[in-house]
Amino acid sequence: MANMTGAQMVVKALKDQGVEVIFGYPGGAVLPIYDEIFQQNDIRHILVRHEQAAVHAAEGYARSTGKPGVALVTSGPGATNAVTGLTDALMDSIPIVVLSGQVPTFMIGSDAFQEADTVGITRPCTKHNWLVKETDALADTLHEAFHVCTNGRPGPVLVDIPKDVQFASGTYKAPGKADIGHYQPRLKGDPEAIEQMVALMETAERPVFYTGGGVINSGPAASQLLREFVAETGFPITSTLMGLGCYPASGEAWLGMLGMHGLYEANMAMHGCDLMINIGARFDDRITGRLDAFSPESKKIHVDIDPSSINKVVKADVPILGDVAHVLEDALRIWKSRGRKTNKEGLQKWWAQIEQWKQVECLKFKQEGAVIKPQYAVQRLEELTKGMDRYISTEVGQHQMWAAQYLGFEDPNRWMTSGGLGTMGYGFPASVGIQVAHPDALVVNVAGEASWLMNMQEMGTAVQYRLPVKQFILNNERLGMVRQWQELLHGERYSHSWSDALPDFVKLAEAFGAKGIICSDPNDLDDAIMEMIKHDGPVIFDCLVTKHENCFPMIPSGKAHNEMLLGEADTQGVIDAKGSVLV
Amino acid sequence: MSALRIKKGSTSHSAYNLRPTFSDVQERHTLALLVENEAGVLARVIGLFSGRGYNIESLTVAEVDHDNALSRITVVTVGTPQVIEQIKAQLGRIVPVRDVHDLTVEGPAVERELALIKVSGAGDKRIEALRLAEIFRANVVDSTLESFVFEMTGASDKIDAFCELMRPLGLQEIARTGVAAMSRGSA
Repeated sequence: MANMTGAQMVVKALKDQGVEVIFGYPGGAVLPIYDEIFQQNDIRHILVRHEQAAVHAAEGYARSTGKPGVALVTSGPGATNAVTGLTDALMDSIPIVVLSGQVPTFMIGSDAFQEADTVGITRPCTKHNWLVKETDALADTLHEAFHVCTNGRPGPVLVDIPKDVQFASGTYKAPGKADIGHYQPRLKGDPEAIEQMVALMETAERPVFYTGGGVINSGPAASQLLREFVAETGFPITSTLMGLGCYPASGEAWLGMLGMHGLYEANMAMHGCDLMINIGARFDDRITGRLDAFSPESKKIHVDIDPSSINKVVKADVPILGDVAHVLEDALRIWKSRGRKTNKEGLQKWWAQIEQWKQVECLKFKQEGAVIKPQYAVQRLEELTKGMDRYISTEVGQHQMWAAQYLGFEDPNRWMTSGGLGTMGYGFPASVGIQVAHPDALVVNVAGEASWLMNMQEMGTAVQYRLPVKQFILNNERLGMVRQWQELLHGERYSHSWSDALPDFVKLAEAFGAKGIICSDPNDLDDAIMEMIKHDGPVIFDCLVTKHENCFPMIPSGKAHNEMLLGEADTQGVIDAKGSVLV
Repeated sequence: MSALRIKKGSTSHSAYNLRPTFSDVQERHTLALLVENEAGVLARVIGLFSGRGYNIESLTVAEVDHDNALSRITVVTVGTPQVIEQIKAQLGRIVPVRDVHDLTVEGPAVERELALIKVSGAGDKRIEALRLAEIFRANVVDSTLESFVFEMTGASDKIDAFCELMRPLGLQEIARTGVAAMSRGSA
């Protein structure tokens, strides 16, 4: 219990919550907090160039460490710029705390300079938010914010702090003493439901683990338990975009990513299974394809910490509400105590079938001619960096899917991508946040040139803080995924899906004081990638790739898992009118 | 405190008593929510309904426990069983929502609504309005030589019926509170 100003409380609360880094941008309504930040050395502040980037950087930090990320923005435009990042974090369940300044309480509602109804605007894009009207309530609220954002299904929270509250004095409470409210989601799954789950697993002929971001969010123990369960049962496993890394890509039971641009064997296994074990995934529309044809013969077990995810789009036969690590621990224990049974005969046939699907080699491509294929670029990046202490972020589009397909992730928290919201401009600031958290690691943002330009101002941040982030840009001078859909759905009318005035990326890098590399010849690619990796500083790598490459495999809109397109030859007239209204 | 004694076995934070019926039949459900009476909590509830495209037929809210700053919200909503279950789950995960009860499935419940109904007229119509009000047990809470304001409490359909009867007799204005509801019995 100590008396201090609101601004001092903010810094103290962050320290007490174990925060080491915050990403932010100053402005009138947060000046008292910035004054306190100036007068201490425990918390490092990274000055971004745009508030959206502050939030994405906090997300990158959070996803790569498992700890909540923190961003600090000013009132009005500072807060509204944070909205995309907040929504992104909400969709992907990323724990971040955004602190925003607000005009003084006595001016709220008067259309004051840089006033916005921040809690109103951010209410639907945060897990919870607060406007703090009294300095005495500030410590409780800040500690509650960390509690809410990290417990249950993680998500973004925002605390809006008026300037007079920052100036006024009040009583500070330490985390253990603060009133953090009643939010306390249950972690343990229902034992009866877990018993049912195990019983189904014992007899299943064609089981598949369908895993998602919930495994990553549950922490490293969840991934370990999942690996043990897969190894013990010998069941095949696939992951959503968000779940990559929860099971190693080199693992024996790995089928690769599933979904719209997932692997043939993964989607066919989902379609043909008789038992689907959903661990921390949410039956997103990118995963299910046409719902009435989704895995028609399977019983579905669904483990999720959020009750609203269960039965939202796909009916669960065995719903288990709880934290992934807790549920897996119980399930594994029960499965062992019941005699470690599996349907060996059934599994053998199932694996034989899966092996046949793998023979299709759905990711096969030919690097031929004088131009680099984007798949080849990602494949070479994988080959040259796979043993390294490596973190990958991406922007959104074709390059993102190629990265998910051709890069292998051995561990959780190594893959940061905007899944639910699909935010172009996410990857670069996220790579900044990751590099801040892991200064000695190799951090590569696999990007498309269009997405990358959306937050290119962050070159300033990367250079200022000597963050050696590698911007690996697959440059096709197109909005590749938009172009692909226009080709398949809109009669090849390429409406505004190319850019006529791209910058010279090498000169751009040099203008910021960084290194630029351009590569257009497949024969030079390996050397150029090595040059990028070895350079001790931020690099923009302009990789000129084929301009009209489509991303395959693809489940077209309105189609089922077993109706995948494997290549160009399959694409004629595949999407009907009903499918074309979907996104 | 009796206002708070709503049945145990709340549907919030539990997926086990979901009714996993995926049917197209539209159902009308009355939900009772216990919420922390903090700024913006009503906006969160209403924003959930509008943001996700759910229906609100009626909504009432008032503080029921001043000491603990708890309010009770009664929502009447319409949707397929799947949508109703989604609504409950979504409501349950709003941080200041403490409890969600589906009074329609949790056993018998009473539902009441209060209405103020202004009727003006003279002669036989005026006498008829008063006579019907007696039958419906509506009270006269204001009276002039040309008008009555009736107050009546009851189930929504009873109020609907009374209002329809008043229409030809000089109905001027209706103000309704929306439904307040509670489970029957002691638990």
